[in-house]
Amino acid sequence: MNLHEYQSKQLLAKYGLPLLKGVMVNSVEQATSAVSALSGDSWMVKAQIHAGGRGQVGGVKRVSSKEELAETSRRLLHSNLVTHQTTEKGQPVNQLLIEETCEIEREYYLSAVIDRSAQKIVFMASKEGGVEIETVAETAPEKILKLSVDPLLGIMPFQCRSVALQLGLTETQSKQLTKVMTNLYRLFIDYDLSLIEINPLVVTKQGDLLCLDAKINLDDNALYRQPNLRDMRDNSQEDPREMRAREWELNYIPLEGDIGCMVNGAGLAMATMDLIKLHGGNPANFLDVGGGATEERVKEAFKIILSDSHVKVVFVNIFGGIVRCDLIAQGIIKAVSEVGIKIPVVVRLQGNRAEEASELLGKSGLNIIAVESFNEAAKMAVNMVGGKR
Amino acid sequence: MSILVDKNTKVICQGFTGQQGTFHSEQALEYGTRLMGGVTPGKGGQTHLGLPIFNTVAEAAQATEADASVIYVPAPFCKDSIIEAIDAGIRLVVCITEGMPILDMLQVKHYIRDKAVQVIGPNCPGVITPGACKIGIMPGNIHQPGKVGIVSRSGTLTYEAVKQTTEIGLGQSTCVGIGGDPIAGSSFTDILAMFEEDYQTEVIVMVGEIGGTAEEEAAAYIKRHMDKPVIAYIAGATAPTGRRMGHAGAIIAGGKGTADEKYKILEEAGVHIVRSPAEIGKKVLEVLK
Repeated sequence: MNLHEYQSKQLLAKYGLPLLKGVMVNSVEQATSAVSALSGDSWMVKAQIHAGGRGQVGGVKRVSSKEELAETSRRLLHSNLVTHQTTEKGQPVNQLLIEETCEIEREYYLSAVIDRSAQKIVFMASKEGGVEIETVAETAPEKILKLSVDPLLGIMPFQCRSVALQLGLTETQSKQLTKVMTNLYRLFIDYDLSLIEINPLVVTKQGDLLCLDAKINLDDNALYRQPNLRDMRDNSQEDPREMRAREWELNYIPLEGDIGCMVNGAGLAMATMDLIKLHGGNPANFLDVGGGATEERVKEAFKIILSDSHVKVVFVNIFGGIVRCDLIAQGIIKAVSEVGIKIPVVVRLQGNRAEEASELLGKSGLNIIAVESFNEAAKMAVNMVGGKR
Repeated sequence: MSILVDKNTKVICQGFTGQQGTFHSEQALEYGTRLMGGVTPGKGGQTHLGLPIFNTVAEAAQATEADASVIYVPAPFCKDSIIEAIDAGIRLVVCITEGMPILDMLQVKHYIRDKAVQVIGPNCPGVITPGACKIGIMPGNIHQPGKVGIVSRSGTLTYEAVKQTTEIGLGQSTCVGIGGDPIAGSSFTDILAMFEEDYQTEVIVMVGEIGGTAEEEAAAYIKRHMDKPVIAYIAGATAPTGRRMGHAGAIIAGGKGTADEKYKILEEAGVHIVRSPAEIGKKVLEVLK
């Protein structure tokens, strides 16, 4: 789960991190009245969406009058912002963050992330602030400082001082950075985060550190013990089909192709997409029905797959394992007849009682083709949408 | 031989009386696993499936001399259960449960650093030595004793590899599902090292996934330390970047951890790669010829 910038900054404020004063608004009127609470004679208007790259497409703008503020707010609010990180449709802008401005001397990058390779929380810092860190990692990896945190000790002041030194900060700024990193680490642990990114972290003309932007990702597995964060979920930023899938504990990701996929297990679901592609076809989605492929969930999965009008054939690939395949077959038959599926369904069931299952499917009188081999089934699905293209 | 478990392995089950624990314990018993009993706090002294229930892992370990434990408790309690098993002297802890908070596993990982314990999982199908010992949720009937060692980050995809190696008549020495989470008790490298030492294992199938660097680390290890042939398939070649594909681990960020990149590094390390998940068995035969 992701947070908006204004939500991330609420958390940062709680932990005493240095921020500019800002107000979240969701109407033009609120925007213009918000500035009375802010100082200075120019402000930043920042569109709140779950994607980066806002600055390049006018989603972050400095305004110097109330008129300009109203005009920018009117343009952004309830529009869809398309950046290089979003789909072609873009993400809806329902909130703006109106912030004070500051004069920037230098921009840095700072983040904390769970590093799978080190199996620890790792801080990353760089003098190359304000740009995408992925680009820096590719072009100049030596410019990224990394330090891993011992889970028992937490982040140590000497580690922070060493970062400050390498970033070329002054003695006073070094002390500020130590406080910033220590508090970020506390926030990370307390809220079960998987990423916290301050980009840029700036030094102002006055010589102080400020967190200008903030991005936070949460560990979905830990949401059960983070009720405050759970309430921060913004459904408008998510694909409605993905949300519906989540309600049924299905894992669905829409893609561009025309072969709908229903698979149990994430690994096998990816493998199924790979095989379709190898045979020259294009998967319309990733869908993992999970371990308990019950009738209800299979039915719901069919509905979600079919809500994509590009789908011309559905490929069901289930490795029954301990679950009995004949029961799954019954579920599929019931789902296909109840949902009223008009396009062909290729079914490959493996595992316990697979033979009884394909017999059931064959006798169903529905447009279901049972295929035993994984390879043949994938080929069949691809052929049905016109074969290799 | 085999790795991790054999016919002498004594197993206890944590979360024994729950729905999952009960179902899979029945399956394990049917398979012939030496399941000695289980742990459910508050139900000590009673019996379940004809086996004793204990209040703590320490009691269970002492009474049954179990050396392995399988965990089916809900995700919020997994950290506690894993550490309890380790402190009771269990040498192999297999955590099946899905959805464990990453920071919990981070602490576990740190705790086991210098301990003589092997933790497998979480979010994994478990470990099986065909014909001898089944610990986990995999269907026993698709396995066959043999010479292919299988290590995988996935569940049902592992079954696919198993089925294919059974169909070509080679069977498996041991199959280990290390799980799809970002922080896992055991890595590919840990398991590959065991297969290299195991004389029953003649060839190894490694089933990887996009995201992370576990496959890259495995490649480096294989290049330096392994003589046995390794065959690798990486799921997710067609996955879009930046999207999480089911497993928290399977996410490609900024062009890192793509299947193509992993295949390239593995190939350079002398690993036999197979790009079709339907041709894993075929590739194994080819390599052994």
